[in-house]
Amino acid sequence: MTMPYYVAPEQVMKDRAEYAQKGIARGRSLVAAMYGSGVLMVAENPSRTLHKISEIYDRVAFAGAGRYNEFDQLRVAGVRHADTKGFAYSREDVDARSLANLYAQFLGQVFTHEMKPLEVEILVAELDPLGDDHQLYHLAYDGTVVDEEDFTVLGGDSDTIIERLTSSYRRGWPLEEALRTCVAVLAGPDRTLAPSDLEAAVLEKGSTRRTFRRLTNEDLAEMLAAPAAAGDAGVADDAGGEPPGGEAEASVDSGNGGEDTGEAAANGGEPEPPAVPGADGT
Amino acid sequence: MSLPFFPTGDDPGPSFVDLLRRADPAPRGVHHHGPAAPAASPAGGSRAGDLPTRAGVPHGTTIVALRFAGGVVVAGDRRATEGHAIAHRGIEKVFPADRYSAVAIAGAAGPAIEMVRLFQTQLEHYEKVEGSTLSLEGKANQLAQMVRANLPMAMEGLGVLPLFAGFDVRRKVGRIFSFDIAGGRYEELEYHATGSGGRDARTTIKLGFRDDLPVDEAVELAVKALYQAADEDSATGGPDPLRGIYPVVSVVDESGYRRLADDEVAERFAVLLDSLRNARAGDAS
Repeated sequence: MTMPYYVAPEQVMKDRAEYAQKGIARGRSLVAAMYGSGVLMVAENPSRTLHKISEIYDRVAFAGAGRYNEFDQLRVAGVRHADTKGFAYSREDVDARSLANLYAQFLGQVFTHEMKPLEVEILVAELDPLGDDHQLYHLAYDGTVVDEEDFTVLGGDSDTIIERLTSSYRRGWPLEEALRTCVAVLAGPDRTLAPSDLEAAVLEKGSTRRTFRRLTNEDLAEMLAAPAAAGDAGVADDAGGEPPGGEAEASVDSGNGGEDTGEAAANGGEPEPPAVPGADGT
Repeated sequence: MSLPFFPTGDDPGPSFVDLLRRADPAPRGVHHHGPAAPAASPAGGSRAGDLPTRAGVPHGTTIVALRFAGGVVVAGDRRATEGHAIAHRGIEKVFPADRYSAVAIAGAAGPAIEMVRLFQTQLEHYEKVEGSTLSLEGKANQLAQMVRANLPMAMEGLGVLPLFAGFDVRRKVGRIFSFDIAGGRYEELEYHATGSGGRDARTTIKLGFRDDLPVDEAVELAVKALYQAADEDSATGGPDPLRGIYPVVSVVDESGYRRLADDEVAERFAVLLDSLRNARAGDAS
């Protein structure tokens, strides 16, 4: 007669959490930050078609880090929930908070009851079209929900990225500045990220019903290149001395990168696919 | 409400209609129909094209669509009738289906507006789930299925006849699709109008239509067609300067759907009336 080994529940939970964390840590990170007229989301993602950031509804966006197939399943469920709710009631009645709670319940359920926890971290963002009361709900693999202020980071390297972003975040900054900083903190001091390595989208205030907009490679190249031409002369002067000069360097590099982008994208278009889905997790 | 998850073999995919069928047991939406109601009285009163209509239910009337050089113009009057009475003066019958297409409705107003809502959600749902938009023809086929699903209701006097038009972003042309009550879908190469005043509107367009009209003249022709339809058909509403209610006129072209401002439409009618007045004065002298 064989008896199953007794494993303490604490140990089970710890093992699962470790398993999920490891899976998430393999993926690349994503930053979401509020800016003057909305919410900006930027992720490191070389694919043009397999998105980490997506539209859920008029004012609600979704972002995921970790295993692509798992967070994509959550995204589709979110779209289905939002469209059903908006059709049954009214478009105004669809909000991020209730969706975040549903995700939390589901993630918590899977974490405690299934063999394998989901190796994902997700973000549900909602734009406040009239004021600055935007919402960022950050959900962990075990269903923990955090209602974040100002900005949040998903994915493996989040602690260091949060540290970098905390020192440079500024309330109400313009989109270009927010984007440059987010890209710089994602890249870290030793790397630069070209537009073709990035996926970015905004929920922005405006006249349209659907506030979600993807930033194209051209948008990104233009915005990342801007400071080299104008503005930031002061930063350029200081760049020699201080480490944050990485930002200035980044802008200079992306100025070149702007021209390279076309080629990079063209080259990247063909050999890319095999590398892509795996990039997010496995 | 809980998060909708489905087993792999039973996934509704990008279709919102299929999702509703699975996720929502309560009958709602145009693809369901309730217990049988008494058949429509043949003397139902208001006319929505050649449909039998049920008295006491508001019916929308005249809608037109025509192609121009870079897209399509879609327009509709603002009247809903209930038998011989006017039910609403300001109802709207032309809607954006998505960024590059418009849908206009004639027939029983309730089911028609519900169908538009379902159709809009269907297109947006597909776009969000799949990450790409349907082709224009794909959209038209989706609408045809909804019209077909409404057939039992149509037999009871609650028929819906939409017109679908949009800018085909792959072919770079405007295209128009008309439907019959059984879900037949027909591409119209020049123009189409339907609803009770549709025949009069079509005649007017026929006289002024030519290939590659500039957008301005196409709008002018649509306005004229609605005016003439209202002139001949009691169920079609004309311009109402007293209340400031004017037909809805929309243009879909390369830059997407846009509805002309009421002021602009009012101006168009003023010009049209002037020219008609001058023409009559010219006849008299």
